[in-house]
Amino acid sequence: MPAPIRLRELIRTIRTARTQAEEREMIQKECAAIRSSFREEDNTYRCRNVAKLLYMHMLGYPAHFGQLECLKLIASQKFTDKRIGYLGAMLLLDERQDVHLLMTNCIKNDLNHSTQYVQGLALCTLGCMGSSEMCRDLAGEVEKLLKTSNSYLRKKAALCAVHVIRKVPELMEMFLPATKNLLSEKNHGVLHTSVVLLTEMCERSPDMLAHFRKNEKLVPQLVRILKNLIMSGYSPEHDVSGISDPFLQVRILRLLRILGKSDDDSSEAMNDILAQVATNTETSKNVGNAILYETVLTIMDIKSESGLRVLAINILGRFLLNNDKNIRYVALTSLLKTVQTDHNAVQRHRSTIVDCLKDLDVSIKRRAMELSFALVNGNNIRGMMKELLYFLDSCDPEFKADCASGVFLAAEKYAPSKRWHIDTIMRVLTTAGSYVRDDSVPNLIQLITNSVEMHAYTVQRLYKALLDDISQQPLVQVASWCIGEYGDLLVSGQCEEEEPIQVTEDEVLDVLEGLLVSNLSAAVTRGYSLTAIMKLSTRFSGVNRIKKVVSIYGSSIDVELQQRAVEYNALFKKYDHMRPALLERMPIMEKSASNGPTEIVQTNGETEPSVVDSKHPPPVSQPANQANDLLDLLGGNDVVPVIQTTVPTKPASAGGELLDLLGDLSLSGVPTPAPSVATSQPSFLLDGLSSQPLFNDIAAAAIPPMTAYNKNGLKIDFTFERANPNPNVAVITIHASNSTEADMTDFVFQAAVPKTFQLQLLSPSSNVVPALNQGTVTQVIRVLNPQKLRMRIKLTYTLKGSPVQDLAEVNNFPPQSWQ
Amino acid sequence: LLSLCKKTNNNVCVLNFLPQMQFMLLFSRQGKLRLQKWYVPLSDKERKKISRDLVQTILARKPKMCSFLEWRDLKIVYKRYASLYFCCAVEDQDNELITLEIIHRYVELLDKYFGSVCELDIIFNFEKAYFILDEFLLGGEAQETSKKNVLKAIEQADLLQEVRPHLCRRIVEPTRWTSLPSGDQ
Repeated sequence: MPAPIRLRELIRTIRTARTQAEEREMIQKECAAIRSSFREEDNTYRCRNVAKLLYMHMLGYPAHFGQLECLKLIASQKFTDKRIGYLGAMLLLDERQDVHLLMTNCIKNDLNHSTQYVQGLALCTLGCMGSSEMCRDLAGEVEKLLKTSNSYLRKKAALCAVHVIRKVPELMEMFLPATKNLLSEKNHGVLHTSVVLLTEMCERSPDMLAHFRKNEKLVPQLVRILKNLIMSGYSPEHDVSGISDPFLQVRILRLLRILGKSDDDSSEAMNDILAQVATNTETSKNVGNAILYETVLTIMDIKSESGLRVLAINILGRFLLNNDKNIRYVALTSLLKTVQTDHNAVQRHRSTIVDCLKDLDVSIKRRAMELSFALVNGNNIRGMMKELLYFLDSCDPEFKADCASGVFLAAEKYAPSKRWHIDTIMRVLTTAGSYVRDDSVPNLIQLITNSVEMHAYTVQRLYKALLDDISQQPLVQVASWCIGEYGDLLVSGQCEEEEPIQVTEDEVLDVLEGLLVSNLSAAVTRGYSLTAIMKLSTRFSGVNRIKKVVSIYGSSIDVELQQRAVEYNALFKKYDHMRPALLERMPIMEKSASNGPTEIVQTNGETEPSVVDSKHPPPVSQPANQANDLLDLLGGNDVVPVIQTTVPTKPASAGGELLDLLGDLSLSGVPTPAPSVATSQPSFLLDGLSSQPLFNDIAAAAIPPMTAYNKNGLKIDFTFERANPNPNVAVITIHASNSTEADMTDFVFQAAVPKTFQLQLLSPSSNVVPALNQGTVTQVIRVLNPQKLRMRIKLTYTLKGSPVQDLAEVNNFPPQSWQ
Repeated sequence: LLSLCKKTNNNVCVLNFLPQMQFMLLFSRQGKLRLQKWYVPLSDKERKKISRDLVQTILARKPKMCSFLEWRDLKIVYKRYASLYFCCAVEDQDNELITLEIIHRYVELLDKYFGSVCELDIIFNFEKAYFILDEFLLGGEAQETSKKNVLKAIEQADLLQEVRPHLCRRIVEPTRWTSLPSGDQ
């Protein structure tokens, strides 16, 4: 059997292969040869074969059949064998495979070998890939070596101990005694690894940290070592560009950071040395800046004096001006971390930071953007926004969403005027409209609604934007909504802020209808535009065209559009008298959460369609302006807003039908079947669900009444009945009485129930509760599927000229009211 | 994937000051791996995937970009020396600038050992490259900060081998690559 070819020979041969296939063939041939050689248990060439295998493994070929051979090499007495064997183990074995445990004994023996280089191999392998079991078994050996006077071994043992602690943190204690005089070593290798070990221990265990602070007086020792490094003259062995052992300096600074954090005494003890390092370190090369950087990190993290902190931030400011982009990168990263705590100091470097927005490097740009947003305040908003909008125009798509969100947030907080705010939003929508987040749309709509004096200007600008481009959905949705709301202002040319444009009703309808048919429009967008068209029926003079559009979409394939169209159709046909009220201008919306309307109501994790919702803009506006308030009531997770009140001035007979249209709002994820809503009978959503004839009259009559509310002279009692023929429906009649001296006028009762229920509120008997209990106002509530019923109610009335409003929870329903 | 960071309830990284080097890769401009040192336990398959993805990402970087990038939840520090990329993955909190110095120190060691080292040296003597690395770093941390001491140890260890390594440096190929400059690119 000829001797297996040498490693270098194999490498040379493989590199002559001209194609992947040729290479593969060579590799396969060689692997076959190696395999037979392994089978022959050839000791002489095992090392050479494994080395070749490792080379082929690096090229990407499988080498698992060499794993056991590595173990045999490790067990060999020849140093060459051991070297390759340990290397192979580190490359081919991983701790998830049991076979690696077979190494444990060999490593143990080698840790006690007479040759330090063999011991070194064992320590290195253990410290690189030792599993928890191996670490447990061998920790004792490592600890022994940590106490040796041989610095070559001591430094390796220290790092090996670090690995052991990482794998088996409970073993940390046993290394404590050995750390006693680690720092009195002269050898830099030992010093460096000792600092790493101490760092590991201090960071993992507060007890250790306290121990090292108090008992071992670690800080003075470290300060002394660091001082020597800085003050000592040129030491060729450790010099890097004029700096003595920068690696050790950095590790010491890091350990000082941990020791000084949240500890006044320690922080004070290191103050001087930090100032010294910060001012004396040579900054022309990367190595000096590396030390400065670590120093800055330490200063910012410990309890340093303000002077030192300012020094640190100024260092970062200088970094920002450095030609080396790596330095700029770390400066931005650090400034981002400190901008909250040292805001004013960072502000001074604002213009440099803004310049970094133009950097070519993606990471630098991102950091500069984040930092810029953090620095925006009331004073610099105009200037900063100009820069950020310019950035938004030109940045990569990956930034646009974040940047747009940032602009909106900043504008909201610091907008100097409403006009500026609207303009800024317009700019974002037109330049980055397709990257804007979904929740921005309702937020923007709310903002626009609340900027009453800007309505004409806003709708005009949005209309013009639509003429240019209808591809960016968020822009189109906001624009549709606005045109629906303020289309009258648009055609009447009422804009004050800029030259009003001349546009006819037909032109506006053209645009909106164009959105409906365009294949650029998303389904949601179509919903917006159909609703907008409908709203215009009360704002424009001619309705015939709108009626036609609405009726066409009544047979749309898109169920969502179909439902809307059918309901709007019904508005035209049957409920035309209500149409103006329903489609009235939206009132000012209150924000209960910082993110806007969609956050107001949450139902089991779904966002409830509040009065403004990106998916279901309702066709209704509550003239009494109470709809939104009710929604505000329902911060609870499982409560659904069912706005079922009628306007008291409407004749009672209209009440029932009105409610069904609003059934759309009681969202349970399933759209209510549209046709049933349009039938003449006020078809309750709930009817027909149960055909149980079982009905216990006596039981029903036995439900006792209860007082739901009694405050400030207003008392509301509930009486109960079971509906006939539907026993799943409980009928509650409220009786409101007033014991004060004056009448309560404009009395409105509203109710909301959890999602599992359905509620119908019929119209009240009157909206005046007479004084001194001279009469009651009654109103009927029908509840489907009453389990343990809970209700939230809201009462509004006027007493002696002042409006009164109150909210209450009703939890004391008698058990008999639900089964 | 490789994060060893432990998070508390506040989502704050507890082990702030213990960023570890997770691995080091050396690869050519064609994306061929020349050395891979892993300091965290991963299967062969996982290592292959990581290497492949990361190499592609770095090779796609333009020359004017900075030496750091965020990749998955790691910070990658890399530098090109002639035809070889040296790439370290550290955990996010580390001092990137000193990692650059670590890389540079390793290149200096290789340079001293091989005498004006080039990629071919590392190809034909890859096991030596590992041995040198293992005398410089242990578990991802520097074990020796003196260049002289690292080289002395390697020399001594080499003497223990039956065949003296300096006698079989590399087989000379027809085209000789230019040697590495002192590290600035």
